[in-house]
Amino acid sequence: MKIAVLVKEVPDTWGDRRIDPSTKRVDRKGDLVIDEINEKSVEAALLVKEANAGSEVTVVTMGPSSALAAIRKALAMGADNGIHIVDDGLVGSDAMQTSAALAAALRPGGFELIITGNESTDGRTAAVPAMLAERLGLAQLTFLRTLSVTGDGVTGERMTDEGHLDVRASLPALVSVTEQIAEARFPNFRGIMAAKKKKVESLGLAGLGLPADETGAENSWSVVEDVAPRPARSGGTIVKDDGTAGTQLADFLAAAKLI
Amino acid sequence: MAYALVLVELANGRPAASTGELLAAAARLGEPAAVIVVEPGTAGEVAESLGALGAGTVFVASIENADTLLVTPQVAALQAAVLAAGEVSAVLVGNSIDSREAAARLAVRIGGAFQSDAVDVTAGAAGILVTQQAFGGSFTVTARAAKGTPVISLRQGSVDGTAPAAAGAIHELEVTGDTAVGAQVTARHEQTQASERPSLQTADIVVSGGRGLGSREKFVLVEELADALGAAVGASRAAVDAGYCEHNMQVGQTGVTVSPNLYIAVGISGAIQHRAGMQSAKTIVAINKDADSPIFDVADFGVVGDLFTVVPQLIEAVKARKS
Ligand SMILES: Cc1cc2nc3c(=O)[nH]c(=O)nc-3n(C[C@H](O)[C@H](O)[C@H](O)COP(=O)(O)OP(=O)(O)OC[C@H]3O[C@@H](n4cnc5c(N)ncnc54)[C@H](O)[C@@H]3O)c2cc1C
Repeated sequence: MKIAVLVKEVPDTWGDRRIDPSTKRVDRKGDLVIDEINEKSVEAALLVKEANAGSEVTVVTMGPSSALAAIRKALAMGADNGIHIVDDGLVGSDAMQTSAALAAALRPGGFELIITGNESTDGRTAAVPAMLAERLGLAQLTFLRTLSVTGDGVTGERMTDEGHLDVRASLPALVSVTEQIAEARFPNFRGIMAAKKKKVESLGLAGLGLPADETGAENSWSVVEDVAPRPARSGGTIVKDDGTAGTQLADFLAAAKLI
Repeated sequence: MAYALVLVELANGRPAASTGELLAAAARLGEPAAVIVVEPGTAGEVAESLGALGAGTVFVASIENADTLLVTPQVAALQAAVLAAGEVSAVLVGNSIDSREAAARLAVRIGGAFQSDAVDVTAGAAGILVTQQAFGGSFTVTARAAKGTPVISLRQGSVDGTAPAAAGAIHELEVTGDTAVGAQVTARHEQTQASERPSLQTADIVVSGGRGLGSREKFVLVEELADALGAAVGASRAAVDAGYCEHNMQVGQTGVTVSPNLYIAVGISGAIQHRAGMQSAKTIVAINKDADSPIFDVADFGVVGDLFTVVPQLIEAVKARKS
């Protein structure tokens, strides 16, 4: 089975994340890491591979040259090869444009299963998986917290706001996973060394066959008019419990008309 | 006037809680119209209630066994409604997982500008302005569509008011889009009967518990405080991972974003990813035994102490004031 797993390089959630007021886009000058949900997506892909002999896992990312590190991390975990979509003309792509570029890269590969994270920690749009399924004409099984794949079908539990659904589809299909799917394995030394030799194909606009007048920030589907940071919170009253803190807290809430 | 289409989710045959708000938002952008997917022959009663909520027209996609298919019937219905409506100023959906994905697919299908998780929408001279939040409310972003029809998912609880009641006239759609290439729903495990507690997304007060609660049994203390306050219950990821409560109660970076009037964090350290989901609450209260916990950096009122003595006392004091 040919499996593609999509990963994204994002600003580290442990750091101070910003939107750059001049470009009105996510500031990428801080620490960049493979999104945690994608370490879990890669784990899910590797588990499917292990359960289906003869499978191959291709890691796919779209991002600047630094994003190669995210691919290497996934290769060190055990993925087999990579595709890096990289072109200055793609900088500033929105969800519609990103899904178009990913669809162009995935189509010729003929993947039977595409695995993504449910939503990235920087955009949180949670739209690219559904858009990609639409573009490729695939069944979508998104927000899965469990996943089982056999020769002809995919089943899993889809999270919803009120609980979960049991869902199934035949292959080929697109799956997105939630953070419950699995704990990601740590790459070991052998994996890290092996990753350096694994093949990563680089694809630009020409290779994807995307017209330059549809890609990049200038051709985005939406225009950001304004970006405003929220004023920082200042600290409040802190009391150490002397046996009456619960009552003091109730007094505070009453004074603030919150109860 | 152009139509502003609203995808209405049905729960047990009735419009979901977000419907009134979506139609109120739609009324700002055009002639509010509802789009529903129903079993053939069952649209009548729903259409009436949608009229009362402000839908002049109700576009009905009658699809057999639609609830056994994931998302694709809704995409087909929206596509057919856009075609039938002629002129469409915007398509609005709730920000539930299902509706957001239907909207995302629709945007690809009709060439629309998809804007996710809006907290406000307004019509201005330059077009429809959509307000969104980035990084858990650290930044507020205002954007508009550069081309194509705006397709917007609206966060629940972000638009006040209602649309004036309207006719709710049924317009049966001819659904041609393929609904079959999709995933099948083989079973539903959802809590459909309304819980006594308010919903986490829209509650005025949220009480959240963390790893400090120590066990599923002791997490009940958080629920007791919430019930004394008439609040919704939330949790940290550590509490969810430890099995103290359900995953859909998780507040934070990878969970729900809340901005209630009052947020009470009990036994939560206040990791940056947790704060990303609650830092826009109006008033923040924290109870934690470690004075160095980062949660105190954002607290308006903090108690350094053992939650197992502070919370029961707080519950008693709240009950005493209420009676
Ligand atoms: C990509 C990513 C996404 C994440 N998303 C989320 C998210 O959405 N939501 C989220 O919450 N976390 C998220 N996290 C995890 C986050 O980093 C923290 O691990 C988590 O929030 C910690 O939960 P906690 O505060 O309950 O646990 P801890 O950090 O272990 O804190 C427990 C607290 O309880 C206090 N305590 C213990 N006993 C008592 C007592 N008897 N009385 C009073 N206080 C007591 C302790 O002092 C401590 O401060 C994410 C992490 C990553 C990397």
